[in-house]
Amino acid sequence: MIRIGVDVGGTNTDAVLMDLTGFRAGSKQLTTPDIISGVKNAISETLTNSGETVSDIDVLMIGTTHFVNALVRRSDLERTGVIRICLPSGASIPPFSDWPDALTRAMGGKFRLIHGGYEMDGREIAPLDEVELLQAVRELLDEGVTQIALSSVFSIVRADMEERAYDLITRAHPDLSVTKSSDIGRLGLLARENAAIINSALRPLAEKVVHSFELLSAELNLKCPVYFTKNDGTLISADQVMQLPVLTFACGPTNSMRGAAFLTGIKDGLVVDVGGTTMDVGEIQNGFPRPAGTAVSVADVQTNFSMPDVISIGLGGGSIINRHAQTVGPDSVGHLLTSKAIAFGGTVLTASDIAVASGRTQMGDKPVGPLNDLPQLLLALDQKAADAIARSRTSNKSTQLVAVGGGAVLLPDELDGLPVLRPHHYDLANAIGAAIAQVSGEASSVVTIEEGMTREDAIKSIVANAENTAVRNGADPTTLQILSQSDMPLGYLPGNNLAISVTVIGDLAMVGQTNE
Amino acid sequence: MNKPLQKVDRHDLALIAKGSAILGAGGGGDPYIGRLMVQQMLSERHSVDVVQIEDLAKDALILPIAMMGAPQVTQEKFPSGKEIPKLIEMMERLLQQKVEAILCIEAGGLNSTIPFIAAAQMGLPIVDADAMGRAFPELQMVTLTLGGMNATPMAIVDDKGNAATFEAISNVWSEKIARALTIEMGGGAMVSLYPIIAGPSSPYLIKGSLSMAHRMGQILDANGGAAAQVLAETFNGLVLFTGRVRDVERRSDGGFTRGELILEGQEAFSSKKLNLSFQNEFLAARIDHEYVATTPDLITLLDANTGMPITTELVKYGLSVHVLGLPCAPIWQSDEAIDMVGPRYFGIDVDYQPLAGNS
Repeated sequence: MIRIGVDVGGTNTDAVLMDLTGFRAGSKQLTTPDIISGVKNAISETLTNSGETVSDIDVLMIGTTHFVNALVRRSDLERTGVIRICLPSGASIPPFSDWPDALTRAMGGKFRLIHGGYEMDGREIAPLDEVELLQAVRELLDEGVTQIALSSVFSIVRADMEERAYDLITRAHPDLSVTKSSDIGRLGLLARENAAIINSALRPLAEKVVHSFELLSAELNLKCPVYFTKNDGTLISADQVMQLPVLTFACGPTNSMRGAAFLTGIKDGLVVDVGGTTMDVGEIQNGFPRPAGTAVSVADVQTNFSMPDVISIGLGGGSIINRHAQTVGPDSVGHLLTSKAIAFGGTVLTASDIAVASGRTQMGDKPVGPLNDLPQLLLALDQKAADAIARSRTSNKSTQLVAVGGGAVLLPDELDGLPVLRPHHYDLANAIGAAIAQVSGEASSVVTIEEGMTREDAIKSIVANAENTAVRNGADPTTLQILSQSDMPLGYLPGNNLAISVTVIGDLAMVGQTNE
Repeated sequence: MNKPLQKVDRHDLALIAKGSAILGAGGGGDPYIGRLMVQQMLSERHSVDVVQIEDLAKDALILPIAMMGAPQVTQEKFPSGKEIPKLIEMMERLLQQKVEAILCIEAGGLNSTIPFIAAAQMGLPIVDADAMGRAFPELQMVTLTLGGMNATPMAIVDDKGNAATFEAISNVWSEKIARALTIEMGGGAMVSLYPIIAGPSSPYLIKGSLSMAHRMGQILDANGGAAAQVLAETFNGLVLFTGRVRDVERRSDGGFTRGELILEGQEAFSSKKLNLSFQNEFLAARIDHEYVATTPDLITLLDANTGMPITTELVKYGLSVHVLGLPCAPIWQSDEAIDMVGPRYFGIDVDYQPLAGNS
């Protein structure tokens, strides 16, 4: 199968072409303001470099920062109303609490609290008030809201009230788009609700983005399906991206970690991705990024959907050197490196320049230095990088450290006592991560263990549901394996009840093999 | 020292929440949810008046307000906002006396912010004092126990409006009964306990603790990564150690998080090793097997890069930290107090030695 992976980053847009033998060709282009023309350039050049023709391409996989950037810039956000199912609890902290004012304004800041929700053990706080629910929707629509985000107390334990509310709303208003918090987030009502609000606000943009990629495919004459990459390193279809755009927020660091694992064959270790302005460090376990355990702040809003645990610091190829304070970054010349840095004939001393002066790498065509304080400056750079590496480690066990990204050449040969590995094609690792993304399927449910049934039987039935979902999502049924699995007993109901959740993963099926 | 607080607005409250994380000594829960609740309340009423206990009449009734429950529940199910007026009404009816001020029972962690909600909502002043001067894991570990004062009558109200008042034969029983009620109420509830009269309770309270938390918050904001040294100098404490976390051992045991950290020394402490044991809060610090600080003195970890305090739940391998030792309030140094909150109570086989401060 021939696949093209694309990674749209803040500075560069990378594309690679891969087949069953691995990497075939790639291209690095500047990211353009409209995004799409940069993607077009990268794909076109990759095709030219590979010698393949457009009709040979089986699938296009895209990792993009579109959605997270829209949130950060507060552009293209839709007016979203929140319905929280919680009363009589919950009124002491309303939705949009602790949001930056400008972002709340951009989304309208409208909400209603209604009766319902569950306790931690699954008992009802109050029954769902269906009349109150539909009244709340009508009022929010009158106030100019175009999207609805639904949240409910302990919907991670029982999602039925959110689901019932969803059905009632969509039956009464078939064209209204509704996001359920239980589809996205985890424990922590406010953070999960925030994730649902952000998702709703981005849905119309997601439709536009999907549409523009469809136009691009047509323009390039690509006949293959288009997928997007998720925070966990798996794929979602264009249809799903329109439903749940927040699931793509952290695909950049995830793709570079997955790409680094692929390029080195290392399944467990640390990956450092050095770009123009920042350096991201994360851990891979069994080839996948380790998820963050706590809330993650996105554009100054606390959210808790599954994101990789990444430490990001202001250190990259364009980081500006302060010789007086002997510090490196966090200010950066960014994508102006090739005009501002001394090695390229500019006047700003950057991290790239001291790497050139020390002989770690070669770039540009102008000499750098001599710098009498070079050893101190290198030490500052290395200590800053080593500190991020040390903070990313979860144990003192020796591990392997893989450096990828265009700025990987800045790093010394050893950091925090670990040798630094730089695989071939390190500078295209994130596009490679996109190109190798797999397909997942999730299922979760409360199962009543009846006479003659074991816990294993119950889990098996949920695994089967997850596998069906994965196959529907495009996975090859012969490659499925369980990625994660958990079960929790619920003591509140008579009998023996288990809340089970399972994620399975598999390779993307060849076109035509998909079980649609 | 700076002059004591007289009023607290939203900005002051953010500082108190930060400072209370230092007084939490690694425990006390995350003040985040509490801070959001007060901010909601303070956006309607602009500030809360702070009073010194001497300014109240000798027979004034003071009511401590706190939140009880599992952290997971606090994160998921927020109070209705009607709990506190109900608590106050029940206690006033039971005690046949009007409440004149609110007290914070625990200046460290989540419960440092909850009493401000009560004060803001009821239009009552809050006393610049508390009954721990830090955070401790058990309900009876308050200075008022040393004064022979009872945790009950105690009132408890949940988000649905269910409520109870009860009396118990000891403060340890109060803890058990309150916990059973909290679980039945859905794992989280608002409580009022240790109702006290200003005159007789005054000698047992730790005075100025809200002002102290506020000052600590200011120092954190102004000094970032260098805050540990400034805090040590300001509050007669000591930077016990600077190093990187190289081992975290954590286990859940009887409703508490217990464990031990090992830090590898950096800067002035390079080639040294520090062991820190904890049960919700940090309990004891040893450098190369010699104890340098134990409970009830405060041991707090501050992120070496940002200066922000780190709780025992959030401390992670690889973090670079300063270990700050601060002296406990003098009332905790009596033999009776050491029996209740000293190292041996927590199973650490060493005598309490007051922190070797700067003065």
